Amino acid sequence: MGGVMGFMLLVDVLALAVIGFIVWWFWLYKPRAQVSANVAEPVEIIVADGVYTPAYIEQPQGQALVLRFLRRDPSPCAEQVLFADLGINAELPLNQPVDVLVPAQRPGEYGFGCQMQMYRGTLIVK
Amino acid sequence: MQGKDQQPVRLSIGGMSCAGCVSSVEKALRAVPGVIGANVNFAEHTALVQGRVSAAELVKAVIGAGYEAAELSGENAEQEKEAAEFGYYRSLLRRALVAALVGGPLFLAGLLGVLPPLDTLSGRLFWLLVGVATLGVLIYSGGHFFTGARKSFFAHSANMDTLIAMGTGSAWLYSMVVIIKPDLVPTLAQHAYFEAAAVIIALINFGSALEMRARGRTSEAIKRLIGLQPKTARVIRNGQEVDVPIESVGLDETLRVRPGERIAVDGVVIEGHSSVDESMLTGEPLSVAKQAGDEVVGGTINVSGSFLFQARRVGSQTVLAQIVAMVRQAQSSKPAIGRLADRISAVFVPTVLIIAVLTLVVWLHLWPDASYALVATMTVLIVACPCALGLATPMSIMVGVGKAAEYGVLIRNGEALQQSGRLTTVVLDKTGTVTAGKPVVTTVISLGDWSEPQLLSFAAAVETGSEHPLAAAVLAASQQQEGLVVPSVQGFEAISGHGVSASVDGHSILFGNQRLMSQQQIDCTAIGGRLDELAAQAQTPILLAVDQRLAGIIAIADPVKSDSEAAIRRMHAIGLKVVMLTGDHQTTANAVAAQVGIDEVMAEVLPQHKADKVAELQQRGEVVAMVGDGINDAPALARSDVGFAIGGGTDVAIESADVTLMRGSLHGVVDALQISRATLANIRQNLFGAFFYNALGIPVAAGILFPLLGLMLNPMLAGAAMAMSSVTVVSNANRLRLFKVSGLEQEQ
Repeated sequence: MGGVMGFMLLVDVLALAVIGFIVWWFWLYKPRAQVSANVAEPVEIIVADGVYTPAYIEQPQGQALVLRFLRRDPSPCAEQVLFADLGINAELPLNQPVDVLVPAQRPGEYGFGCQMQMYRGTLIVK
Repeated sequence: MQGKDQQPVRLSIGGMSCAGCVSSVEKALRAVPGVIGANVNFAEHTALVQGRVSAAELVKAVIGAGYEAAELSGENAEQEKEAAEFGYYRSLLRRALVAALVGGPLFLAGLLGVLPPLDTLSGRLFWLLVGVATLGVLIYSGGHFFTGARKSFFAHSANMDTLIAMGTGSAWLYSMVVIIKPDLVPTLAQHAYFEAAAVIIALINFGSALEMRARGRTSEAIKRLIGLQPKTARVIRNGQEVDVPIESVGLDETLRVRPGERIAVDGVVIEGHSSVDESMLTGEPLSVAKQAGDEVVGGTINVSGSFLFQARRVGSQTVLAQIVAMVRQAQSSKPAIGRLADRISAVFVPTVLIIAVLTLVVWLHLWPDASYALVATMTVLIVACPCALGLATPMSIMVGVGKAAEYGVLIRNGEALQQSGRLTTVVLDKTGTVTAGKPVVTTVISLGDWSEPQLLSFAAAVETGSEHPLAAAVLAASQQQEGLVVPSVQGFEAISGHGVSASVDGHSILFGNQRLMSQQQIDCTAIGGRLDELAAQAQTPILLAVDQRLAGIIAIADPVKSDSEAAIRRMHAIGLKVVMLTGDHQTTANAVAAQVGIDEVMAEVLPQHKADKVAELQQRGEVVAMVGDGINDAPALARSDVGFAIGGGTDVAIESADVTLMRGSLHGVVDALQISRATLANIRQNLFGAFFYNALGIPVAAGILFPLLGLMLNPMLAGAAMAMSSVTVVSNANRLRLFKVSGLEQEQ
């Protein structure tokens, strides 16, 4: 009986740890953003396997930035990219780079993603 | 124009007159940073540029060198997209088939009870082989889910792939533990779930393939628009008519169009005349007459005669290309109604992962058979469908915006569509919106010995050479009168603010208002109450006297469009209040309003105050649409909740408003509103369905019904439900394709 109790306690502790990890890993963790060395050069973003690479991009305040999307994923989920807060969207043909000009923005975080929000990225202006 | 990366950019070049221009253009192109090579084809008036450079920069450089340029869009882009999508569709079916070939027989054998038990050596060997085969399925048919899940994880993101990979992966792993190390699992919980993993993978791949087919139908409208673009054009080069691919047509080149052919690019007629069917772009059913000097638009059909025209816009600059670009842009935008779903989608998968962990723990606590905990956890992961939520809004927008384009209504974005669905009041500009915007002679009344055609010929004679808009109406009326000869005029005199006088064929003519007649002591008693009657009918009367005797009245008016009244009736039928806003005098405005059934008139409003009037209505709590020509009404259009620019055909500036009506008819306003309302209703159905499905499916999968009814959701059933939830959303959006606006046919 004691063994079962101990096992269940272990399960509970592990479950709490996993939940804590999920919260931290997916919601609280702030990955390092890719910083463009030269804003005149486009930042290349590969669209493949359910992720934008890189998914976090830093845009210097007061400067426009060109994001060059290259879609490798043939799934129709990947065919659009939307910057909902900025009113920008673009169609991404397969294997063809598409430049998206993001005008200068106020400091803050601006999410972008596919229409279904399965692909997600963040533009960080600071 | 899109930027290109090391892919050749094709440009059409205009303004090249000699071979020397070729080197100038090439020099300008090669000077653009990133260009590796540029070759200009003088015969085709095109340039092919290699390098890492955007088309926009190249166009700018060519224009800077004193020439014209436009990007030639690749005609095969849509075909390539379709080919890629079809390839992906087939690969999904292949994956589904392979998974079904492994999972299906296992599932059936399990139902029939003919599978070997796990507690014998031969049985365990059999199950080990099944485990290896299922691993093959997970790698071949489900590999993309696992790759996506792994990459998402390391990008601190989680998506549908995460749920599928964790659900099927945990089923396989658990089953392998049962086979290889059964001691680790209580006897009661020793079950293998290979068939569940394989069948789930088969169902989800199959569901994705179905969804893809259904999604293809949502973009039929854009495909139809793209299909309007002919593949070839007949160009006159070196005096010969030659058929060339459409992308090689250069600016300023001369093209021949024969009856029944589609016009290749935008241009101006230089020889011949015809009528052109523009219905595919404007929704206007009647053909439009074209003669030298008239503009023609690529994609429209030449109905009758043969003519020559000069190309003025090619490639991505044509009206058709711009319409396609705008519709595409609008189709991929998202209105506010979809934001809640987006916010939920953003946290959905990690939340489901947490629910799965809690499900596992609770079951382990409450039930001795650990396999129940595994089944419930796996089912929670499989049944949850973030895709249905994510698809709910964009699929409907895609179909709704496309449907509007079929009616000649271009909606700028999803937000405009959402706002259009909420409108309560429509404000119409008068001139050019309710009326045709072109004054015409509407009434000719003879009051003496002269016939009506004679009166018109006298009036036309004295107005010849005048630039007054009313004079243009008189001259146009005289030209339309068959056999009418306009005599020469002598002694012409303009009497400022009153009218004109002249001698025509030996008769002294006075043509002007009543004050002119009084001044010249002409007896006007014969008029009676006619002037007031005409004014009340929104007509401007002009009196004509011949040899000092009143001869007749010629009335001029800007007539209401033939379908304005019917369109306003349709507005009323859908519960809209209709207001007319005009700078005209109250009497004229009232007369026009009475003709078409307008509810409220705001007359004598200066252009700069029109926006204030819109604001006034908004302060009264109305959600206001402003309908105008998009040029003079720009501030009012901007102030309104939804600005409608009404065009007179394909010459409309499609960038000027939230909604552009390609057909110059107010019916477009009602069409736009009905389509918007139907689209919003469709979005709400989709959102409700997706929320309801997940809100119900996840608790049932977790086993909430088990204590009450002893029911557990089968994970394979969960897989089928998950696959079908997305298909259902897309199919519901596709229902919008069948939507027809109401009231239009009855009114036409």
